[in-house]
Amino acid sequence: MLTVTSVNRSFGDHQVLDGVSFEVRPGRMTGFLGANGSGKTTTMRIVLGVLAAHGGTVAWHGSPVTGSVRQRFGYMPEERGLYPKMGVAEQIAWLGQLHGLDKDTARRNTERLLDQLELGHRAKDKLEELSLGNQQRAQVAAALVHDPVMLILDEPFSGLDPIAVETVLGVLRERAADGVPVLFSSHQLSVVERLCDDVVIISGGRIAVSGARDELRTRYGTTRFELVVASDAGWVRDVPGVRVVDVDGPRVVFEPDGDPGVDQVVLEAALRRGSVRSFTPVVPTLDEIFMEAI
Amino acid sequence: MTGVTEREPAGGRRSRERGFAAATRLVAEREMKTFLRAKGFWIGLGVIVVGLFAMSILPTVLGGGETKVATVGTRAAEALTDTGVEVRAVDDVAAAEALVRSEEVEAAVVPDTTGESATGIRVVALADPPTDVVAALRTAPPVDLLDPAEVGQGQRQLVIMVFALVFLMFGMSGTAIAQSTVTEKQTRIVEILVSTVPVRALLAGKIAGHSLLTIGQVVVIAVAAPVALRLGGHSELLALVAPALGWFVPFLVLGFVLLAAMWAVAGSLVSRQEDLGSSMGLVMLLVMGPYFGVMFFSDNVAVLTVLSFLPFSSAIAMPVRLFAGDAALWEPLLAMGLLAGTVVLTVLLASRVYSGSLLHTGGKLALAKAWAREA
Repeated sequence: MLTVTSVNRSFGDHQVLDGVSFEVRPGRMTGFLGANGSGKTTTMRIVLGVLAAHGGTVAWHGSPVTGSVRQRFGYMPEERGLYPKMGVAEQIAWLGQLHGLDKDTARRNTERLLDQLELGHRAKDKLEELSLGNQQRAQVAAALVHDPVMLILDEPFSGLDPIAVETVLGVLRERAADGVPVLFSSHQLSVVERLCDDVVIISGGRIAVSGARDELRTRYGTTRFELVVASDAGWVRDVPGVRVVDVDGPRVVFEPDGDPGVDQVVLEAALRRGSVRSFTPVVPTLDEIFMEAI
Repeated sequence: MTGVTEREPAGGRRSRERGFAAATRLVAEREMKTFLRAKGFWIGLGVIVVGLFAMSILPTVLGGGETKVATVGTRAAEALTDTGVEVRAVDDVAAAEALVRSEEVEAAVVPDTTGESATGIRVVALADPPTDVVAALRTAPPVDLLDPAEVGQGQRQLVIMVFALVFLMFGMSGTAIAQSTVTEKQTRIVEILVSTVPVRALLAGKIAGHSLLTIGQVVVIAVAAPVALRLGGHSELLALVAPALGWFVPFLVLGFVLLAAMWAVAGSLVSRQEDLGSSMGLVMLLVMGPYFGVMFFSDNVAVLTVLSFLPFSSAIAMPVRLFAGDAALWEPLLAMGLLAGTVVLTVLLASRVYSGSLLHTGGKLALAKAWAREA
């Protein structure tokens, strides 16, 4: 488990991180959300020791992270980059060795990963000869080649087509299932919503919210319901004990104004009036939690 | 329990040191592999070796070997004994003239019948007076030198030029280190590298890799040079150059390490290949300065002595002074000590600047700012 505690960081007079604390739990995909400039990349760089923290600690299983522990982390930086003129497999294996693998293991892992990422047929090509999407897959392989104990991925899905997203996602899920904590940042909330188990939301250098995704949904959840009927739904306004939030033709969003069982009353009334297309409790999307949290 | 906790840090340090050495080796290996695969590297080395052989062999070959002369009479033949010309005795002047006309010989030496010649012989040639034949026939009075120079002026100039050129070539080849550093910055792979291994290991690996490449090339040249000189028939020059070459090689290697650290810093200060020119100026000056300094002041004993102790220029000036027999044994040892000290100091300073500037992006970073910058 990775624990970040009260990390601060300034660039000149500008404080970028202010008491950032969160944890990344083993076997879980943790989504790191925030607007541009909110401090996501700075936080990740501090975790990786690329930047120094101005106070606070980063701990791995309770002890401060050292160079030899970091060597076993996997990192995919936001600004992608590998050696353009070096062979794909060759440089991924080289990076594996740099991360402490012996030559044979590095070569074996590279071969397996490239196959898994459907890049095996391009293994001998120079990186610059690959399409951007395939370069991105190579970048994922570079972050995973040494079987990292912790994965930190900055915007891993940006620039990938939907098929590639699924491929990469499959590989990441497999690592998480093996017990590796995975921290990945994204600004595409719908993607994160689908993928992550835990969510950390950062805003203006402070952690606004963090926790399990489902728990957050409950916490930020409402007692609202959405009803879609065949004709105009304006009549719901007149049901006693109901507060209508929004009406749009046949669609209405309402919440109980007192008695929590009133949703069933509304449903029965709707069925008496005609057919009901849909009736669901409103679960907040990450978008909504995000907007509310920051 | 205490024993365990006390042992752990030592083990940690050992494994860190192992990690540092392994990372340095991997970085060095990659640099060398990249270079050994580049065509330019082999072409460059090939040009040097071919040039070396051409310089020492071609003059002998193009000189056409020995001059051929036709002689008539015993007097002419005697006059040309032991002069190194190939003598072809013919029966009469007409036959000799025929050989000259057909250009089978360069000239003919025939008996003088007019009485104009003190030596009793005449030289017959086709269009121009044959200077080498005339010189061979000239009798000069013997000369006694009271303090003979060990090395001729021409040989000394040649050695200075070759040493300075080799230094210039290797010094400038350090630009590859700057380029490799910028490539890593520009492609941003540097972020992965820095998060994986210590920055110092990256710098050490680059310096080590390129220094090994340079040593390899120096060895090739050091082996090829004596062979070329012997093939060219310059054995006496070889005997003179050999001891100086023995000093030149270590001086050149140390000088290269010194420059390598500076090239790496030059590369780390900018973020794009296009901006490299702006940061390389100082290092180029440190390569060109010694080159021109030694070339211009090769006749000025005082300046050359100073240059032979200054790091950078000592790599050329000291071997040149040794070649000319102007330096006592303690002098190269002191100069090498100074150079080695400067290397250590520069590498330490460079690694701090390198760490400070490696992750900087944007325009060119000022040296002082890179020094003060923390990661």
